[in-house]
Amino acid sequence: MEWLWLCSIPGLYEADRKKLLQVWQEPGRVYAAVKGRTEKLPVLSEKKMLSVRSHWDFSRVQEAYHKWRENGIQFISCRNPAYPQQLLQISDYPSGLFYKGAMISGEEVCVAVIGARMCTYNGRNTAETFAGRLAENGISVVSGMAYGIDARAQAACLEAGGKSYAVLGCGVDICYPAENRELYEKLVRSGGIISEFPPGTAPVSWHFPMRNRIISGLSKIVVVVEARKKSGTLITADLALEQGRDVYAFPGRMQDALSAGCNRLIRDGAGMITDIEEFLEMNGFFTKKNDKEKNSNMVLASSEKLVYSCLDSDAKNLQALAEETDLPIWQVMGALSALELKGLVSESGKNNYVKMK
Amino acid sequence: MFSTVMSASVFGVESRPVNVEADITDGLPSFTMVGFLSAQVKEAQERVRTALKNSGLRMEPKRITVNLSPADVKKSGTGFDLAIAVVIAAAYGKISSERLEGILFAGELNLNGEVLPIPGILPIVAGARECGCHTCILPKANEKEGAIISGIRVFGVRTLAETMAYLKGECILKPVCSGEIEEEEAARYEDFAEVGGQEAARRAVEVAVSGFHNLLMVGPPGAGKSMLARRIPGILPPLSLEEKIEISKVYSIAGLLTKDHHLVQQRPFRAPHHSITAKAMAGGGNFPRPGEISLAHNGVLFLDELPEFSRETLEVLRQPLEERRVCISRTGGICSYPANIMLIAAMNPCPCGNYPDLEKCLCTHSQVQRYLSRISSPLLDRIDITIEVPAVQYRALEMGKNGETSEQIRARVLLAHKVQERRYRNTSFRFNADLDQNGIRVYCPLGRAEEKMMQEAFEKLDLSARTYYRILKVARTIADMAGSETIKVCHLQEALCYRSIHKRYWLNR
Repeated sequence: MEWLWLCSIPGLYEADRKKLLQVWQEPGRVYAAVKGRTEKLPVLSEKKMLSVRSHWDFSRVQEAYHKWRENGIQFISCRNPAYPQQLLQISDYPSGLFYKGAMISGEEVCVAVIGARMCTYNGRNTAETFAGRLAENGISVVSGMAYGIDARAQAACLEAGGKSYAVLGCGVDICYPAENRELYEKLVRSGGIISEFPPGTAPVSWHFPMRNRIISGLSKIVVVVEARKKSGTLITADLALEQGRDVYAFPGRMQDALSAGCNRLIRDGAGMITDIEEFLEMNGFFTKKNDKEKNSNMVLASSEKLVYSCLDSDAKNLQALAEETDLPIWQVMGALSALELKGLVSESGKNNYVKMK
Repeated sequence: MFSTVMSASVFGVESRPVNVEADITDGLPSFTMVGFLSAQVKEAQERVRTALKNSGLRMEPKRITVNLSPADVKKSGTGFDLAIAVVIAAAYGKISSERLEGILFAGELNLNGEVLPIPGILPIVAGARECGCHTCILPKANEKEGAIISGIRVFGVRTLAETMAYLKGECILKPVCSGEIEEEEAARYEDFAEVGGQEAARRAVEVAVSGFHNLLMVGPPGAGKSMLARRIPGILPPLSLEEKIEISKVYSIAGLLTKDHHLVQQRPFRAPHHSITAKAMAGGGNFPRPGEISLAHNGVLFLDELPEFSRETLEVLRQPLEERRVCISRTGGICSYPANIMLIAAMNPCPCGNYPDLEKCLCTHSQVQRYLSRISSPLLDRIDITIEVPAVQYRALEMGKNGETSEQIRARVLLAHKVQERRYRNTSFRFNADLDQNGIRVYCPLGRAEEKMMQEAFEKLDLSARTYYRILKVARTIADMAGSETIKVCHLQEALCYRSIHKRYWLNR
């Protein structure tokens, strides 16, 4: 109850809480001190102190908590034995966590899969395959539910029957970004939505670096799929290193803007994933073989073969394909549609095609 | 004495006959005009009185009443001046009333008695022929425009005095011969041979033109979207005389016909800027004027930077695209303008235009989404073909020099149009793009293999019912281009490539 009171003060961040606890050790004593005496408290800025002092008393907190419980929102303090032990290892672990759905249990192993929002089709595929393989081996995926890599990895993990946890930069009752509503609902059912911010907190930009430390803190390993040179993802990777987590990245070509961040991480000593199975084995995650049959023999027409041979994992447009194959444009289009229906090709953007297998 | 003469008022692109009546009696001298007149028409009395005086007609002070009937139709414009002047002269007994029968007058007067040109001559003359008039007397500057309509005599007059002299039989006017205007300079269009590379886009354009489908081009700035669009009128079939007259009527009303170009010879190509208002797009105003949609009648309406247009402006397009005409309701009644257009739209794939090249595109997800969401799906539903126009490579620029000419493409388009003309004879459809669901069922039957393929596509590619029908329509056109009676798998496959941008491509990347 005292912890909940302390953690539900709006506008108060972990650093502030730590300062208060340094003076009074226990949240109960903070409460007594703040509510009881009127003397000026030198610990925090005046504005923050005011918000602490004017915050609810215990009975109101109790009331609010009941309401949150009705909406499926729960709270866990750092003193609770069910609090993720992994997270306690980091220096600025949150005093308490709000969550919707389930909380990560003691024996669960988590891997964070993070990356760019505006990702390439290739990166998106990598994230999906990787998260799917993690799920098949019983590893949970932790991420931030952002567009792009984050959301795709989490969705793929759930699809493969795994558990996934999203750490948000806002209250757990807010679905941010709103377009991921479907994923949000799914995560509540098989996994959890976690946040250190009290319900109702708006997603503001400075919350995100804070939540990033929780993403890496909850995970054993942090894997970066795609990141630009200056990317928020790299903040998480840096935090992970500070916290003593292993960081891995998928390498890319030197020229690819979206691989620059990953390549830099690798240069700075991060692990490099060149083979997903190898990665799983090396980290002792490997329990289940990839049983997806890859080489099914399909009969392709000659034009389809020709077009297929020109495709790769980077998107190519109709024009380029027509030039490479030297076929009339309608034949290229016909072949692409046929390949698409066979599941060998995917249209990543309007008239841009990538190879699937 | 009572006298009456014919004139006409323009409403929409049609003209309505108006009887101008005048009566002169003894009594206190006055000049009254009635018949639901706008201010411009009421002012005619001062112009007419002075013009008559300056043309040498002395008006004794009498009680003059002028009525424009039918009296329940609002009349506006300055085209009644000439008729009013003539009818008053007749009422004074200066001209014999018999002489005026079957003659329609239209034109504005200035105080000196000169006859000035007015807009809307073409519909007025066409209307006159339908009412059984044998002669039209028009301003000299408008005579060639009026002469386009055959089967009616057209005289151009410079002054009121000249008109009176003719009516009194004092002089003879030479009718403008409609044959004079038949052969004009051939329409000039930009040539497709100048477009470098872009085979995919060129093919899509050809398919679109062959079936009169609306087209959306997606691509980075400078890829040649506008260049392609400008060349589309050149591969549409040449205009027939009826089509030319239809277009000219609209231009006549809008006052866009010049002295030298009284008959529109070229297929219209209208490319309004994206700051255009909904009214300017659809037409309207207190005295309705045709908008861009109507000015593009029988031609191409090109909307560059489609998402930059205001939502209201785009929504206004929906009904005309379906009904092929614009209806504008005003207090004076409902007037309608033709709007049989081919809509060609162009847009960038994201605000900066460089997607899917992520090396260059730095737009955030929400920026892209906001950009794309400006186009409503009902509008997208009316666009059958979507194609990407990628940035041009240098090699393509080099190669492009010996691309196909517009003439060659047009020849193929004509063939495809002939096939459709034959098929849709005695139906309400003209082109494949017009087909509704019933039409698709009748004219786009699928074989077993084709059926199976479409079913697979429907499930795998997450198509909607609307997209499905659009693919069939486009496949019908591709089959027509190939001269095939039935739609084959290869036609469907190609049509699949033209399907519309699905939200999926942008939203979940």
